[in-house]
Amino acid sequence: MKILVIEDEPELREAIEISLKRENYRVETASDLESALIKIGSYRYDCILLDIMLPGGSGLKILDELKAQEIPGNVIIISAKDSLDDKIRGLELGADDYLAKPFHISELSARLKAVLRRKLSGGKTNLEAGNLCLDPANRTLQVAGRDVTLNRKEFDVLHYLILNQDRLVTRTALAEHVWGDHIDQADNFDFIYYQIKNLRRKLTDSGARVELQAVYGVGYKLTAT
Amino acid sequence: MKLHNQALKYLSVSIFIIVSIWAAIFYINLMDEIHDSIDDSLERDKAVILKKLQEDPDFEQTLRAGIQAAFTESNFLIREISGESARAARDLYTDTVMYLLGEDDGEPFRMLTTAFTRGGKFYQLKVISSTVEEDDLIEDLFWAVFWLYIVLLISVAVINNFILKKLWKPFYSLLQQLKNFRIDRNDPLPDIQTNTREFLELKAASDALISHTLDVFSSQKQFTENAAHELQTPLAVMTGKLELTLERGKLDETDAETISQTLQMVNRLSKLNKALLLLSKIENRQFTDDQPIDLNALVKQTAADLEEFSSFKQVEVSVEDIASVGIKMDHTLAHMLVSNLLKNAIIHNVPGGSVRVILEEQLLTVRNTAAGDALPADQIFKRFYKDAPSAQSTGLGLSIVQAICKRYGFIVRYAFEKKEHHFSVRFN
Repeated sequence: MKILVIEDEPELREAIEISLKRENYRVETASDLESALIKIGSYRYDCILLDIMLPGGSGLKILDELKAQEIPGNVIIISAKDSLDDKIRGLELGADDYLAKPFHISELSARLKAVLRRKLSGGKTNLEAGNLCLDPANRTLQVAGRDVTLNRKEFDVLHYLILNQDRLVTRTALAEHVWGDHIDQADNFDFIYYQIKNLRRKLTDSGARVELQAVYGVGYKLTAT
Repeated sequence: MKLHNQALKYLSVSIFIIVSIWAAIFYINLMDEIHDSIDDSLERDKAVILKKLQEDPDFEQTLRAGIQAAFTESNFLIREISGESARAARDLYTDTVMYLLGEDDGEPFRMLTTAFTRGGKFYQLKVISSTVEEDDLIEDLFWAVFWLYIVLLISVAVINNFILKKLWKPFYSLLQQLKNFRIDRNDPLPDIQTNTREFLELKAASDALISHTLDVFSSQKQFTENAAHELQTPLAVMTGKLELTLERGKLDETDAETISQTLQMVNRLSKLNKALLLLSKIENRQFTDDQPIDLNALVKQTAADLEEFSSFKQVEVSVEDIASVGIKMDHTLAHMLVSNLLKNAIIHNVPGGSVRVILEEQLLTVRNTAAGDALPADQIFKRFYKDAPSAQSTGLGLSIVQAICKRYGFIVRYAFEKKEHHFSVRFN
């Protein structure tokens, strides 16, 4: 999988690059509009992470260019400009998703995976981890072929953890993902802890071969055992 | 009061005063003229009578007859007077009332009193002439003036109406356009067809005001977006780097703890930043996608979304829809309004407590059992208000609720009754 990261802030570009490489993607980067246009003209990418505000012009020009040259590929816009106009325009121009800064590494990786899976699986979107099989479309979970009932929030938590398999997901990222972008986070952490506890119990009871590890008390990591 | 009625009010008062003064002056002049002409004819009568008397050969006879017939058969009266009074006498015109035969009430007369001498004797002569009845004259004049006033008023109202419609047309057109003008909609500047200088000046002034406001609006909007960009990118870098560091492992517990605390502070910072930007966006009216919202459905959906959370907090949430509430607003803001109120009610509650959402005619009330006493109603909607120091709460939730309500002209109220917090929003 080849990903192009178009982002002018070097530190953020580097952080994204490190994170993506950890998931074994091949990563290339561009820091301004011109070099980005050259890259998309010469190579094909499975997914492009695109910042809107770039030196040299608006990142939306990249979308125009991709459309004009009929280059296949997915685009996720990562923008600090959390403005509805941009979001709507970006999605109209063919972007697959829109992520507002600041975002959690795990959120980016989950969105990326979702976009790539939509493209590759050809309709089959089931996620697998150990002996778990999660169907996001029908919101069902099977452990070793048997159905396990989860409540909605437990399902959302597990879904997010599987999308970030073997990676640390902080409680904040989890809370934000599960709640949507909620402003007041009081009590969310206790709630997340409670959902994780229930989820662990249900997974253990059904004989799942995955582990939900707590990491440094800041987050969780799901690994297949 | 409409301009038309205002003008009519002032005109009717002024016309009333002018017509009244005019009537008084006219009446005085008229009376003066009447007296003048009567006095002239009395003067002529006097001369004729005196000439006749001087030439009369049988004066004594005439004199006696004149005394007897005083005013009944002729229009004069003669009597003898002393020399002193005759010498003191001048021609004197007076108004008098006399009762004549065949008349029930007195008739007004003008009387000339004079004196003459004949044959060494002195006589007084009184000549009368019938004059106008002033009561009748005043009454006639009053009605004439009254009807004149009414006719004037009606004409003024009609003409005024016509003039206002015609002359003020550009004004009303401009007014209508200004009423409908929305700064966030990129509307063109109002346009009117007129050559009237005042209206052209009004249009120029309103154009200047609108352009200035548009400038301020767009620069504020730009600032909002730039602030977001400038702050969010460093925050994104910090979040990313800290998360990667934690993920890399190889940290001892203390370092991990420190990093995780820093990460939480960064998160809190981004939440605050987002909330403040959201507030300024609401206040700058940058949410403009108004559409009809079925509030009952929205409330039920939100309550369902919060179901796991409320059962975790052991709070029973119930929705009573007495009436269906339909409002027109931005969907994102409607959702934010409802979920902020509901989530607050669940959080600031007691285990085993309840949240009741009541939907009435244009009214949404959220009641929840309280953990403590009444909240200070004048404080809670202020920014950064917190009932307890909580690291996770931004203290902006209710400010956002209030900003949304203000944006749409809804009224949000807080009350405390029977150990329950009541938050109500009235939609108008």
